[in-house]
Amino acid sequence: MPPLAEWYDLRDIGNAVGAFLDWIRDQGAPDWVPFVVSGLIGVLGILIWVILSQLAFIWIERRVIGRMQARIGPNRVGPRGLLQPIADALKLFLKEAITTRNADKPLFWIGPVLVFIPALVVFAVIPFGEKMALADLSVGVLFVIAIGSINTMAVFIAGWGSNNKFALLGAMRNVAMLISYELVQVLALLGVVVFVGSMRMGAVVEWQSDFNVWVLFLQPLAFVSFVIASAVEINRSPMDIAEAESEIVAGYHTEYSGIKFGFFLAAEYFAGFAVSAVIVTLFLGGWTAWGLEEWVPGWLLFLSKLYLVFFLFIWSRGTLPRLRIDQLMAFAWKFLLPLALLNVLITGGEVLIWREGDLSAGLALPIFGVVNAALAVALVVGWGTFMGHLSPERRAKRAVLTQELGAVYYARPAGPLGEA
Amino acid sequence: MEDTGSIVAFWVLTVLTVGSAAGVVAVRDLIRAVVLLITSFLGVAGLYITLSADFVAVVQVLIYAGAISVLILFAIMLTPRASRDNAETFLQIPGLLLAGLVTFTIAFVSLETDWTVANNSFPEDTTAAIGEALLDKYVLPFEMASVLLLVAMLGSILLVRPEGTKEE
Repeated sequence: MPPLAEWYDLRDIGNAVGAFLDWIRDQGAPDWVPFVVSGLIGVLGILIWVILSQLAFIWIERRVIGRMQARIGPNRVGPRGLLQPIADALKLFLKEAITTRNADKPLFWIGPVLVFIPALVVFAVIPFGEKMALADLSVGVLFVIAIGSINTMAVFIAGWGSNNKFALLGAMRNVAMLISYELVQVLALLGVVVFVGSMRMGAVVEWQSDFNVWVLFLQPLAFVSFVIASAVEINRSPMDIAEAESEIVAGYHTEYSGIKFGFFLAAEYFAGFAVSAVIVTLFLGGWTAWGLEEWVPGWLLFLSKLYLVFFLFIWSRGTLPRLRIDQLMAFAWKFLLPLALLNVLITGGEVLIWREGDLSAGLALPIFGVVNAALAVALVVGWGTFMGHLSPERRAKRAVLTQELGAVYYARPAGPLGEA
Repeated sequence: MEDTGSIVAFWVLTVLTVGSAAGVVAVRDLIRAVVLLITSFLGVAGLYITLSADFVAVVQVLIYAGAISVLILFAIMLTPRASRDNAETFLQIPGLLLAGLVTFTIAFVSLETDWTVANNSFPEDTTAAIGEALLDKYVLPFEMASVLLLVAMLGSILLVRPEGTKEE
């Protein structure tokens, strides 16, 4: 940790906060006061930032999706529709929040509150700049996963409390989905942790800065599987089958209206920013960019990377069609999970070679990067070709879930059209 | 555990843990009981944090609040009449007796044992120490536990497999 620079050195807002805390200490305050004040500053700063980003991205997402779908998007409220998010928020505040008669009222009430917790608490361990982490825990990576797993329960409580079959279906889909993709997430992050040798988020960024390489280039397979699993976790298209409008109305928030629905909407954006922040920190170098952080504030670099990653999620929402639930589950268990396991094995072997062979980082890391990229392409293509559903004899003759029941027969047998 | 903050945290977390554990027993709806059980698990995780065992605390959240609770939920959903009252059971008296015995044993042991207070400082990074211990000194029990879990999984799959299911 370098010494504190002058407080007006805005390359790191931590300088100003540190100077302020020193000033409080000089006034003779007891030990706990700076501690509490720094916590409050961090929490308020993160909250204000995340709410402002959300307001901005509601407009950006609607405009961008509109452009992608060859329409204009909101353009009536304010110049170019810029005040649309505020109008949306006001509408959600003013609408009546209906509680249905048969709902389990306490559970119905705490559902929307609980979905906020995992989405917001993740930001505590994210280093926005060198001295700008609220709590750089020594188990940061594990903390992110553990907090994400609480999301399952929040959504389930909301779905169960609604006492509605579509809500419960959406909640059950969400639980099944999250459990499957959580394993993929853990295995993907394990590759990163094995390479870096620490679970502290700040240490991962420092490692990438020290060796002048982003983990993305060393762990392409882990990056791809983590991004896909994250898209599932934050429930965005094409993985938003927990709230698939065309199938189950709105999934687990079918019965929610007014500000309670607004909570779900906001939590979805917060979770999106949270996973983008995790991806940027662990794979894309966090607040560093090969020396650029000397000239540009690190937190600006971090935020621009974060918005780019979030834009990727918007882009995929505008581009890809929604998956079916059996496709999504099969993709997790038959494709991503074996590849992620293999990735952990390969990474372990490489780190062993690196440590035991006393190789220099300048020699070892480029080789590992090239080898891992080649292996990633070979594994994805090979697994898809030989183990997947590309070859006709492996293609399901009927929809898998209905094979036993023999009820629906909507997939033709493989062969020329019209033969069945 | 000397300063005021730790003592306040300890009592708040204890009330949370024990209170919601009592709620699990008292509440009639099974799903609400699971929600209270998760609150209790989270309280225990907080207690681990006050003991500087951050790795164990996070794993407690991950495994108990995240995974075990979902397992319990599935078990409840697969039970017929999931929303029934959980009080009408003939196991009330034996259950009470067993719980009393367990409480008595734990209380007796913790009060009677002559606990030694370790003087050496606590390691800063517990994760690495736990990892090395698991894969070095205790590798055999660790591996045996995973084989045990695998056997349990295979057994449950065999149990639910209907007779005469064809290989495919």
